[in-house]
Amino acid sequence: MSDLAWNREAAPPGAQQDAVLRAVTGEIEEKGFVVANLDKVVNWARTGSLWPMTFGLACCAVPMIHAYMARYDLDRFGIIPRGSPRQSDVMIVAGTLTNKMAPALRKVYDQMSEPRWVISMGSCANGGGYYHYSYSVVRGCDRIVPVDIYVPGCPPTAEALVYGILQLQRKIRRTGTILRG
Amino acid sequence: MASSSCNGRFAGRGPSSVVDVLESEIRAVLADRLPVEFGRARYGAELVLHTTRDSLLPLMLALRDSPALDFAQLMDVCGVDWPERPERFDVVYNLLSLTRNERVTVIVPTDEAQPVPSVAPIWPTATWFERETWDMYGVVFAGLADLRRLLTDYGFEGHPLRKDFPLTGYVEVRYDEEAGRVVQEPVKLTQDFRSFDFMSPWEAMTSLPGDEKVHLNRLPPPEPAQTEGDKP
Repeated sequence: MSDLAWNREAAPPGAQQDAVLRAVTGEIEEKGFVVANLDKVVNWARTGSLWPMTFGLACCAVPMIHAYMARYDLDRFGIIPRGSPRQSDVMIVAGTLTNKMAPALRKVYDQMSEPRWVISMGSCANGGGYYHYSYSVVRGCDRIVPVDIYVPGCPPTAEALVYGILQLQRKIRRTGTILRG
Repeated sequence: MASSSCNGRFAGRGPSSVVDVLESEIRAVLADRLPVEFGRARYGAELVLHTTRDSLLPLMLALRDSPALDFAQLMDVCGVDWPERPERFDVVYNLLSLTRNERVTVIVPTDEAQPVPSVAPIWPTATWFERETWDMYGVVFAGLADLRRLLTDYGFEGHPLRKDFPLTGYVEVRYDEEAGRVVQEPVKLTQDFRSFDFMSPWEAMTSLPGDEKVHLNRLPPPEPAQTEGDKP
């Protein structure tokens, strides 16, 4: 098994990765198949097509839209915003979560299919932020849904959100499993 | 002819300013039929009409329907809470006349129980404005078909913009795993409200060392005679 060609060391783009890719291509041409770890293939597919549920609640939605648009272009990561929770893998809670909105947020989260992740974007979603002592604001969206990644900032820049998404991909690679939770 | 809202604090100074002309025309239309007190806001740049609940609707109809005035648009309805007054609330109506390029503010005092006549039959846009004022202050509007809350949570109790409403309210929400739904609980702050220490040099120092001259260059406060009509 040890002579199987796959990118075991997760080599970065370069000469080493090129050699691995050449070996894999050679195996496909010679034998017609490639052997790989199933969970790694599954994680590769999951991290490569994180479809976010669009949940722009307040001004944090603006940097989130910036991240989708041409300059940062989340499409490069296979990240395509969805309008339906049934098609989504990750929910980006971008903005102030109010008491009145909380049941709706939970309902949308419940409608997402497994496996699902949540990114909390901005101070208000992280812990209430500016509105922490307000009568109408939830003091952190983790009181409503389990959160995987917190992106700090008021609002976070589009780069910060992209970095948070990359961290989520890393988390999926490290903890992801094909077993049902 | 300059617009009163554009000239800022210097608009009301002349003896025949735009606001004075507007006041005299409104007086001519009303002809002392209604109890209206005329005032000024923003250093004399804007006209304020103080009236009573009973004369609100005739006044509004006169302001809208007189061809000389033509206040066709209601921009806003909002409330003010004065807890020390017996009639603790003010309801403030901001009107705009597009033909005259003039604005006027109408203020009606009321309390928790006395209903203010709804202006929704005059300007249909007032429906949401009055629902919001009811939601935030608890001012009752008579004749409004749909007096429901507009902004706060379903089943919310209290009126949050009243001065005696606590900032953090009474309830907070969280998701209950056992119940499988979002539940409301009495508010419990994990971090106490921060009380700022104004004797601390970090928060009370208004002059930075070496920057004392900034106070010499500040504009003087406005003359007292001009702020007379500024009371709300």
